[in-house]
Amino acid sequence: MNRAIRLIRRRAISSIPVLLIVVVLTFLLLESASGDAVDAYLLSIGGGDATVAQSLRQAYGLDQSMLARLWLYVSSLAKLDLGWSVAFGRPVLDLILERLPNTLLLMGSATALSFGLGSALGIVAGAKPESIIDRALSTCSLILYAIPSFWLGLVLSIVFAVQLRWLPTSGIETIASGKAGLARAMDIARHLVLPVGALALIYMALFLRVMRSGMAEAWTLDFVLFARSKGLSRSRIVLRHVARNAMLPLVTMLGLQSAAMLGGSVVIESIFAIPGFGRLAQEAVSGRDAPLLMGIIVVSAVLVICVNLLVDLVYAALDPRVGASEPNS
Amino acid sequence: MTIATLPRRTLLQAGGTLLASTALPTFALAQGAGNRLVVAADSEPKNLNPAIVASNGVFFIASKVVEPLAEASFDGKGGLAPRLATSWEGSADGKSVTFKLREGVKWHDGKPFTSADVAYSALNIWKPLQNLGRLVFANLEAVDTPDATTAVFKFSKPTPLQLIRNALPVVSSVVPKHLYEGTDIATNPANVKLVGTGPFKFTEYKPGEYYRLTKNADYWAKGEPKLDEIIFRVLPDRAGAGAALEAEEIQLAAFSAVPLTDLARISKVPGIKVTSKGYEALTYQLVVEINHRRKELADVKVRQAIAHAIDKKFVVDTIFLGYAAASTGPVPKNAPEFYDASVPTYAFDTAKANALLDEAGYKKGANGTRFSLKLRPAPYFNETKQFGDYLRQALAAVGIDAQLINADSAAHQKAVYTDHDFDLAIGPPVFRGDPAISTTILVRSGIPAGVPFSNQGGYENKELDGIIAKAAETVDTAARTELYKQFQKIVATDLPLINVAEWGFITVARDTVSNVSNNPRWAVSNWSDTALKS
Repeated sequence: MNRAIRLIRRRAISSIPVLLIVVVLTFLLLESASGDAVDAYLLSIGGGDATVAQSLRQAYGLDQSMLARLWLYVSSLAKLDLGWSVAFGRPVLDLILERLPNTLLLMGSATALSFGLGSALGIVAGAKPESIIDRALSTCSLILYAIPSFWLGLVLSIVFAVQLRWLPTSGIETIASGKAGLARAMDIARHLVLPVGALALIYMALFLRVMRSGMAEAWTLDFVLFARSKGLSRSRIVLRHVARNAMLPLVTMLGLQSAAMLGGSVVIESIFAIPGFGRLAQEAVSGRDAPLLMGIIVVSAVLVICVNLLVDLVYAALDPRVGASEPNS
Repeated sequence: MTIATLPRRTLLQAGGTLLASTALPTFALAQGAGNRLVVAADSEPKNLNPAIVASNGVFFIASKVVEPLAEASFDGKGGLAPRLATSWEGSADGKSVTFKLREGVKWHDGKPFTSADVAYSALNIWKPLQNLGRLVFANLEAVDTPDATTAVFKFSKPTPLQLIRNALPVVSSVVPKHLYEGTDIATNPANVKLVGTGPFKFTEYKPGEYYRLTKNADYWAKGEPKLDEIIFRVLPDRAGAGAALEAEEIQLAAFSAVPLTDLARISKVPGIKVTSKGYEALTYQLVVEINHRRKELADVKVRQAIAHAIDKKFVVDTIFLGYAAASTGPVPKNAPEFYDASVPTYAFDTAKANALLDEAGYKKGANGTRFSLKLRPAPYFNETKQFGDYLRQALAAVGIDAQLINADSAAHQKAVYTDHDFDLAIGPPVFRGDPAISTTILVRSGIPAGVPFSNQGGYENKELDGIIAKAAETVDTAARTELYKQFQKIVATDLPLINVAEWGFITVARDTVSNVSNNPRWAVSNWSDTALKS
């Protein structure tokens, strides 16, 4: 347990410069894009005169120099103040807290599904490498992986929502339905089937491939030979010995994929009209809403850092060799 | 070890729930139940107050809650239908307009609506704060309220009644004085949670999901509204509205939320109707904006050549799939009060375009090119982007090499309207019922940089400026109309910009929705007579 606390402390300290770099780079990147929040706003209302533009720029503090604005942002961030969204006219923290649960639900379910399904199918494929089942599964998963997420999302929606009418086309829950408790949870689950399916099917391939190749490698190792010579059943060897050893790289993969899913959710959230983080980020960029975009990036970075920390802890627990050589501090 | 086992178990459980839910029987359609109309919305304006932000995105939702003095009408007198005002009359000197207001109207919070609300809205919001009202009411000095149902607008300079009348549906949304007086108007919570006199009350807003409006049982028009509820459901993806209509999750999509390319297919779906009616007073214009600072483009022969190089019929048929009309000048045909057909026109004629360019002294070089241009199509509509691709090819056919630069909205606005970093740009300005509201600004000189949808091409024509200034203070309707006919002739002759096409939007609705598109600004009107058949 000591090991875990040390790891958390070390990660917390090292993540501060990472966050700072992320914030400054995002700010500069958005700054380098032509046009500001007032330009975007004026267009959205169909025009306005020069006085309006000037007074808006003053109100948003956009008339100050770039460095002054960056400093203002970083210093208030240090006080855990995420600032005020220009495009929405609301505090950034409110917006983020409103949208984050939807995205976490979407990403969490999709990650769980792709991890679960991917590793299960990976075990099936890796149980007998180079067999027909292995070939078929590998090919199918690669095809799915090659499909763009927006296309898969649209096709699933046309088939299951428009034609079969089994599921709703979009949204996170039935609008203004007044449902509560379990009925509401079921309603949300029903709305999530298609978006989660679209995200999970695509990322499933990675888990399947990693699991399968890990298992194929493990079959050649001495301990498997030993287990066989002990006369263990094949299913026991597959599950207890081969699959378990192939699991480790999968956990690493899980950490990496959670960041990728955050990106993939931008597209899926737009297609399925889910008010989540990804869509908020897209609106922040088109509205040139620097405080909001940076708030989103900072929170995403914290999320990714946390997930990776969690993965490391899991890893350390699964494999005693990891972290053993670290100096005590 | 506990850390290791915990996540794995919860992950598997979560996955299990999801798998279980896929096995559920057919999804029951709960939406559309009762007398509720569900409509697709593609944007969520941060300020929903139509008295401050007079834009179609705001009106789409807010016009059902907050009412103007008068609404546009197909058959009403002067193209108007009375709402909060029952009559209006201008004085002979053009310095005052008297509005008689409707009696017995109540705000949604129960307080009575009076002339004080109109005076407050006009002087404190329309004139100083509203994007279009700043222009229309620039010379408004005072609003007298001799009694609760009379408001007399006093102007410091003659202001044409024709302009006020044409602008009424757009600039005259009245908000309650008792909620705004003494507060910071820009940040007043009523800008989001609207309080009005309209047929529907603003009930709920779930960001990213929907707006919910419910019936105002105390509405002044007896027997209206006919609906119990309107839900504006936020569907950001272009394909979303069509799919939701087909799945009967929504009943109506306005403002071409269903893309033109989907219309042919969706119009064949049983139970769905497609109409282009109801946008006559919201005409968008496809315009080639020209930077006159560029030496070649300052020559009228070159501008004429460009006009001849464009095949308007192709643009209408191929880009707009027929849902548009070719333009002849800066005033659209949908504004018959002002439209003048007898202006110079430029037929599609590549040979003539080439001849004009030769005449102007820009001969083709060895590579077949006369000169290069920077072309920036506005990104707001698919059609403006597609026209950019077309124009590049059309110009190549007459030896002009156009370099396309595509950018997103904010970058386009900065490059064209602030930095003037363009030679040709493609813009979609709107004709708002009167040329003085947002049309003359496209060619008038002396507009500071940074104003979107205005003359930022450096064009200056003293004669044209003179006519625009004179029309702004000509009180007599016939004389003023005549001035705008001259205005159209000069613009069509001198081509400060090139008008290519004009279009409205498309509404797609289920057959169960009735009274759709029954006025020329229907999508942004009150919908008090809209009904649902079950």
